[in-house]
Amino acid sequence: MLSSVILVPAVLNGLMTGAVYALVALGLTLIYGVLHIINFAHGALLTAAMFAVFFTYKLLGVDPYVAAVGLTPLFFVIGYALQRYVIGPAAHGDDRNILLVTLGLAVVIENALLYAFRADTRTINLPYAFDVIEFHNAFLAKPRVIACAAVIGVALVLGILMRFTSTGKAIRAVAKEKLGAELAGIDVAHIYAVTFGIGTACLAIAACLLMPTYYVNPHAGNAFVLVAFTVVVLGGMGSVTGALLGGLFVGVVESLCGLYLGESLGQIGIFVMFILVLLLRPNGLFGERA
Amino acid sequence: MLGFADRPLGACMSRPISSVTRRRFLQSTALGVVATLHAPAVLRAQGTPVKIGVLHPVSGALAYSGQQGRIGAQLAIEEINATGGIKSLGGAKIEPVLGDAQSTPDGGNAEVEKMNAAGVAAVVGGYASGICLAASQTAARYDLPYIVDVGVVDSIVTRGLKNTFRFGPGFGVIAKTAIENLVAINEQAGKPAKTVMIVHEDSAFGAGLAKLLNTQLPERGFQVLETISHPTPTRDFNNVALKIRAQNPDIVIPANYYNEYVLLARTMQQQRIRPKGIYSVLGGAASSYKFVKEFPEAAQYIMDCNHWFDPKNPKALALKKKIEDKGEFYTYEVYMNYSCVLLLADALERAASADRAKIIAALESSTFKGHVMPYGPTKFVNGQNEGAAPVNTQVLDKDIQVILPSAFASAKAVFPMPPA
Repeated sequence: MLSSVILVPAVLNGLMTGAVYALVALGLTLIYGVLHIINFAHGALLTAAMFAVFFTYKLLGVDPYVAAVGLTPLFFVIGYALQRYVIGPAAHGDDRNILLVTLGLAVVIENALLYAFRADTRTINLPYAFDVIEFHNAFLAKPRVIACAAVIGVALVLGILMRFTSTGKAIRAVAKEKLGAELAGIDVAHIYAVTFGIGTACLAIAACLLMPTYYVNPHAGNAFVLVAFTVVVLGGMGSVTGALLGGLFVGVVESLCGLYLGESLGQIGIFVMFILVLLLRPNGLFGERA
Repeated sequence: MLGFADRPLGACMSRPISSVTRRRFLQSTALGVVATLHAPAVLRAQGTPVKIGVLHPVSGALAYSGQQGRIGAQLAIEEINATGGIKSLGGAKIEPVLGDAQSTPDGGNAEVEKMNAAGVAAVVGGYASGICLAASQTAARYDLPYIVDVGVVDSIVTRGLKNTFRFGPGFGVIAKTAIENLVAINEQAGKPAKTVMIVHEDSAFGAGLAKLLNTQLPERGFQVLETISHPTPTRDFNNVALKIRAQNPDIVIPANYYNEYVLLARTMQQQRIRPKGIYSVLGGAASSYKFVKEFPEAAQYIMDCNHWFDPKNPKALALKKKIEDKGEFYTYEVYMNYSCVLLLADALERAASADRAKIIAALESSTFKGHVMPYGPTKFVNGQNEGAAPVNTQVLDKDIQVILPSAFASAKAVFPMPPA
């Protein structure tokens, strides 16, 4: 069974699935790194983004990849507004409240979607969804290759943004030392909202990359966020590099487990790993020591 | 009494006098007496519609199949109502109480509870085996007659539930027919196929079928290389396709629901996997006009042992036209539900009552003929229709043809699959 004929393609498939996990985790870890909160609404927002992609395709006929151009800024604004006008004010500065507010938001968004679109599972049928790229012995699905490339692109852009722009510097400053940043004249509420917006925008991109091959129903996003939590813990809370590498690693683990343990048990490896990391290396692979 | 005098005379004109005439006379007299006795009941029932529960998974992973089933059931109800309702109940109309099982057994249970509270006389539907098992059990608590539309797991009718009836065939019969037909097709082609791989979904339907195939295929000289299970829904068959490619079986046997079936077939096409045959047993999409129309290349030459309408029955063809004129696909969910509702209406007609016990008794003694399926005579034994049987179909040139049994066949099997 361990022949390279299936092992190589399985690893490649895993890497490509992992890239999308990494993107979802990137948003999550960014928000954690700066705001020091776990955003429970992440999954619901991903689902909302997937529905947005679905309907821009169904109603306006816009290709999911093209839709990313419009949906990414839109979800940035949504994320910004959510943090600035809902989560921030409702939390009254208490971290525990933020946790509950995001959890509440998740429930509201998910049920609003359920009410509006019912529990139906919907898919988009694109002519190129089953195109393949031949790579050595493997046939790689085109949408996955595109997704993988796009995630690397997004990660690069995000890295440059964080390193070289003044907003990026401000985000890093707030993440390191909130009070100091505030004293230096940085508008912390604004930076929080920008960070939340970036995290949400990552979800919009992830949704655009997922929809050509994945389905959407009001709970679709949760599957990814559970995995993304594992990725964040594995990579180290708040670490962008960790999220990227962690995502790829988790993708491969899932693919190989699916191959050897059966599709029904494919995700078991991820959660075993989650527990192992918590036991053996609670700060993750790239996390700073608490 | 004038009418009685006329009738034997009329009969005399067309055929020789025989004892039949006398028997008929007695029969009609007896019927007359019964009708008179029942007259007050009929009068009371007149105009009171009979509620029946129409249960399908119209949302969730099985939404498409559920919606198709609902279309078939509703169409049958419309036709019954348009042609005078249930005559023995004074032309009572059938009033459907629609339920959505949300693709889960729990959802099915909840709907049966609601239907019972709404006072339905019987429930038709369920679609998935898991839903049928749960929903019929719940219905049994209220002695509520339950007609299974599709659910094929054999335990549906072997639990000793008096309320549960299945008009279509169960696993046992389907697997047996499927294997016999596979052997026949293989022998006819000079026995090119020796190895198989089974890909099945992991709920009651797929897992149960895989188990049956795993015991029966080796007995008929096939080697099962591997059996792969997957959950519903699954959105990625790359790993499964890789395994198939690595094992390179002569025949791939998929047993799963519509979405997964389509995805598997397309992934196999994408990964250029071309076994000698794809032979499904109750393949969720193999015998679906929707699949054939949307993905003709992935569907070409796929064989299936499945529920199918009788292609030589004009009523079945008229229904096909009616459904297609509506812009819908004529899938097995449609005509099976259509037939089940007609079966129930026939039972109501003979029971002349909306009383649940009387309907159950009428179903038990049913010899219903007015359906559109290629079945033998209807006869229920422990709730299972003994006349029910599947047929073998194959996708040939963007159409679905019946290849076996020869009594219903419209084409000859193409096996092994010609190279691409």
